[in-house]
Amino acid sequence: MSGDIGASRGMFLEEPLIFEQDTPGRCGVDLPEPEPFDDRLGGARRQGAIGLPDLSEPAVVRHYTRLSQKNFGIDTVFYPLGSCTMKHNPRLGEKMARLPGLSDIHPFQPESTVQGALELIDLTAHWLKTLTGMPAIVMSPAAGAHGEFCGLMTIRTALEDRGERRTRVLVPESAHGTNPASAAACGFAVDAIPATAEGRVDLAALKAKLGLDVAAVMLTNPNTCGLFERDILEIAEAIHAVGGYFYCDGANYNAIVGRVRIVDLGIDVMHINLHKTFSTPHGGGGPGAGPTVLSAALAPFAPLPAVVHDDKGFRLIEHAAGSGAKPCGRIKGYHGQFGVFVRALSYMMSMGADGLRQASSDAVLNANYLLAELSDELSPSFAGPCMHEALFDDRFLKDSGVTTLDFAKALIDEGFHPMTMYFPLVVHGALLMEPTETEGKNTLDQFIAVVRDLARRAKAGESEAFKAAPVHTPRRRLDETAAARTPILRWRPVEA
Amino acid sequence: MSTYFTKEHEWVRVTGTEGVVGITDYAQHALGDVVFVELPEVGKLLTKGGEAAVVESVKAASEVFSPVSGEVLTINATVVDQPALINDSPEDGAWFFSVRLTNPAELDGLMDRAAYDAFVKSLE
Repeated sequence: MSGDIGASRGMFLEEPLIFEQDTPGRCGVDLPEPEPFDDRLGGARRQGAIGLPDLSEPAVVRHYTRLSQKNFGIDTVFYPLGSCTMKHNPRLGEKMARLPGLSDIHPFQPESTVQGALELIDLTAHWLKTLTGMPAIVMSPAAGAHGEFCGLMTIRTALEDRGERRTRVLVPESAHGTNPASAAACGFAVDAIPATAEGRVDLAALKAKLGLDVAAVMLTNPNTCGLFERDILEIAEAIHAVGGYFYCDGANYNAIVGRVRIVDLGIDVMHINLHKTFSTPHGGGGPGAGPTVLSAALAPFAPLPAVVHDDKGFRLIEHAAGSGAKPCGRIKGYHGQFGVFVRALSYMMSMGADGLRQASSDAVLNANYLLAELSDELSPSFAGPCMHEALFDDRFLKDSGVTTLDFAKALIDEGFHPMTMYFPLVVHGALLMEPTETEGKNTLDQFIAVVRDLARRAKAGESEAFKAAPVHTPRRRLDETAAARTPILRWRPVEA
Repeated sequence: MSTYFTKEHEWVRVTGTEGVVGITDYAQHALGDVVFVELPEVGKLLTKGGEAAVVESVKAASEVFSPVSGEVLTINATVVDQPALINDSPEDGAWFFSVRLTNPAELDGLMDRAAYDAFVKSLE
């Protein structure tokens, strides 16, 4: 593959581990040998070597600087990873999160000394409740899946309060893997709902599975195929008719912020991935925050703590208050992912309500631009228009000898982070692209040109070049199978 | 001894009232390199169509459903240690577990080799 867009390739050297750069006797600081002295360790003094490498200061600085230059992320390139909203993280949010009054505080400080921080949690909650139209919120969940756990435990507690022990949760087969996992973790059996040929929940199949033993339906809207679930009001009505609750996975909320109120969809509970939709740098497992909005019916069963505001100022409620409150317990230490709240509030307030609405519109427009410009060369899985992400499958690669994986690897050589591959599982060899509102038309046009060119080359029989990709990276194609089957998880010194 | 197949690409090889269960060559091909397998415990009661095992490949984690109802008699520890065997020998050495059939009549609802081959062909 050629291509001249993207990361610099000269001087891009293999970087040995810092332990492999060990040069015995070398040292960053030249200290005199200490005079002999009597220690007070009582014979517990270390006898052997400490096992750290000997290195000069410039060697250490260069090692970590070079590692940092190998970072591949939203700050350096277009990152069209579907299903995880990788948007720009405004520097304003970082600046706010580093204000000493917000960063140098401790959860055990007396409430009177952290009134501003408590107000910030309350204000973030207020914005999220206003955007969703939902009357209540739990701020403590630490990420999306934790929000699912929070929501389902709240549902379970509400059902137990009614004296019911319902056993089933209905989950569409295109759902994020965390949905069935959360349901199972909360003690429910998972019942999969098939999708229609149009990529949406099969309403008739869903209705057929409903019964008095169904605790909840979990739905992602827009769904993981990038499509809006048009039957959502009818789904809400159907689950409510049998006395169950309607859970919405808010992972794709970025597509509808400011345009749709969650309360108007008949949803009882939804988690919001603050780090995705409201910008916190994330990836590789964190950090996240999954505040969960609730209907009035579920609110009394929400876990604690909660921030309240009264004539004494802002306070944390740590124990059940009032006769109606029957919290399902506590799901996290302290008060939630405070640093993510700071960034989210900073994002929301700087964007304003109109800006948030504009962002979701632009995110959907960008995805549709990709879908429209790539549809004749690739194979779109479902008819457009789409919402925030465009889904393709590998039919366009049929008989080319090139797989979705090869295609993604070739994209790396062209300077773009690959899209999500092989998810959702409901289509074969999925390629899922989510540009978000971050990208301008020029970036999208570059990306479209590269993807179209790659698709033409794949069809023209250049499969050997695809199998060899990536060629411009410090390491070539990694052996994922060997990495999974026989992982080497730590460096060990070579035995002398 | 005869072998039956499911639409979910499991096979069961039946001798008397005992069945040996695995996944088909089509299934291993669709999964790609298998890196992890979780088998049921010996003695577990399986129901036809219920989750019996989990296979994880570099692409995805998938459930393996039991083609028949029955009690797990033995499991194939070799595939747990060497998941690659599932790619190399899916319909022979890489069997998953054996069961004592509790309802042999269920076999009537499964496909024979010819019907399964035709089914796979229809998917392509």
